[in-house]
Amino acid sequence: MTVPLVELRSVSKYFGKVIALNGVSFDVQPGEVHCLLGDNGAGKSTLIKVLSGVHTPDAGEFLVNGEAASFGSPKETLDRGIATVYQDLALVPLMSVARNFFLGREPTKRVGPLRQFDIDMANRTAFRELRDMGIELRDAEQPVGTLSGGERQCLAIARAIYFGARVLILDEPTSALGVHQASVVLKLIVQSKARGIGVVFISHNVHHAYVVGDRFTILKRGKSSGTYAKNEISRDQLLGLMAGGKELIDLEQEIAKLGNGQPASGPH
Amino acid sequence: MTAEVRDERLRQVSGLGRLLSRPELGAVAGAVLVFVFFAIVAGGSGLFSAKGIVNFLEVSAQLGILAAPVALLMIAGEFDLSVGSMIGFAGILIAVPAVIWGWPIWMSVLLSFAVCGVMGYLNGLTVVRTGLPSFIVTLGSLFMLRGLSLGVMRGITGRTQTSGIHEYSKDDWINPLFAGQFLQTPIRWLAEIGVIGKRADGLPAISGIPMSIAWWVGLTLLATWLLSRTRFGNWIFAAGGDAAAARNMGVPVARTKITLFVFTALAAALFAAIQVLVTGSADTLRGNQKEFEAIIAVVIGGTLLTGGYGSAMGAMFGALIFGVVQMGIFYTGIDTDWFKLFMGAMMVIAVLFNSYVRNRAMRSR
Repeated sequence: MTVPLVELRSVSKYFGKVIALNGVSFDVQPGEVHCLLGDNGAGKSTLIKVLSGVHTPDAGEFLVNGEAASFGSPKETLDRGIATVYQDLALVPLMSVARNFFLGREPTKRVGPLRQFDIDMANRTAFRELRDMGIELRDAEQPVGTLSGGERQCLAIARAIYFGARVLILDEPTSALGVHQASVVLKLIVQSKARGIGVVFISHNVHHAYVVGDRFTILKRGKSSGTYAKNEISRDQLLGLMAGGKELIDLEQEIAKLGNGQPASGPH
Repeated sequence: MTAEVRDERLRQVSGLGRLLSRPELGAVAGAVLVFVFFAIVAGGSGLFSAKGIVNFLEVSAQLGILAAPVALLMIAGEFDLSVGSMIGFAGILIAVPAVIWGWPIWMSVLLSFAVCGVMGYLNGLTVVRTGLPSFIVTLGSLFMLRGLSLGVMRGITGRTQTSGIHEYSKDDWINPLFAGQFLQTPIRWLAEIGVIGKRADGLPAISGIPMSIAWWVGLTLLATWLLSRTRFGNWIFAAGGDAAAARNMGVPVARTKITLFVFTALAAALFAAIQVLVTGSADTLRGNQKEFEAIIAVVIGGTLLTGGYGSAMGAMFGALIFGVVQMGIFYTGIDTDWFKLFMGAMMVIAVLFNSYVRNRAMRSR
């Protein structure tokens, strides 16, 4: 294995009495999709925030390209090529695709004594970059509000890649999407991987993760339940590990009981 | 758009369809309606003579000077209700040093701009730092500035108004910038060939175009350029559209908003400089309700009250409608009491129309 782009070694994070992360190790290689799976409250969000520089770990090591690193702010992390696409996507619906693509990093050109926003370049570049990633736009000037959920997700990812992301941290990129929309995003993830980008794919949807993932790490109650390569584990095993096999069996039995006997009381 | 950026799914949108998704459409349509209406009702009254046109353009220009920066601020998602009081306050800052302390006019005008700029900065800083709605913060400034103007003015001069400022201003080099006229030569020529009427004494009906109109057009063009062709313009839209998203992308939202509060305050100072130097007087009650008139012009111009969408050109047409209606009612001899009823109704209709236009724009085209 080559040197990981980003590596966490036995990282812990505490919030007062709460142990949000307890000795978790995690790494991502270039050209790899590493899925981080876990139920709500498993510590996924905390782990993302450690990776993206929002939180500094209380114990353990944070390595970037094999060297110890510590980041004071998300901006510093971003400057090292570690980009996080959060669920809110940081897109402004009333603004055009191109204006969103270059939001905060607008290209300028000199016109006489003035520096002005090069809107033509922005339109052309946004359109071309998105097309190259398989997202066919009708018009770079259309408002982001007119895009579908999947297209918006792709726009946010494409933007991060265009501005030099080498590690992409995607926070539940498919969770709010329908089957077709999700598949568009999953394709983009595979493409990013083909470009040599290391992708951290956070999800609680095993089906989506298993399609694109190379390795899987399961988080449970702040601890890692292990990291598995795709050939070491089946989808069902993964599902069992993640949800807690016992809980699922219990649930099945309970539902079976409900179906057999007593009619459900009330609409809920 | 170049050939490279073609997509077979990009249906050729008709010219009308494109037009229908522009924010200023409502204001342009409204302006045309108002013109047609008064052309019929007040055609022979002199509203559309050279003198009449300059009269309504001057009314529009004064409001438009406020409306352009207010539009930018509203697109960034904030209100400035202190604009009206700021005008009265700025007028005092010009009059008192000039009349009482004997400062040259240019110095007192500069003082007025500087102090108003600081006031605007404080408005913006308070909004950004406290996170309170700007509606509340600047409502406070509205009252504080009016009170401050009254207190200072009466404390120093014993009265609430000063006149006779022409005495001091007429020879000052700064006077032509605010109270002067331009295009005098072409207008004399137009009068010679009979396009512009002459007065009984043989002079042209108007001697030139008031400078306020140049300021109005200039500020509108500047605001339009800022919005559509600068990074700052992109930040204005983003700050109003989704401040959190903008901040996450590294847009200096706080700095953007504070700058725009300074702009509206400076526009109020400009309004006051023009008014004081043209009329030769200052009054603590000047600028009353101008903040609302500016908001009306901006809203008629298609700017969304919640921010993130709008145009400075629209605000210009909003101000134009305002001037035409106000002077049109005057020229037709309708009781001017009806003016406010008309403007209020016009604004509500404009908002309905504009929300329809915006929904169209947001639909997948």
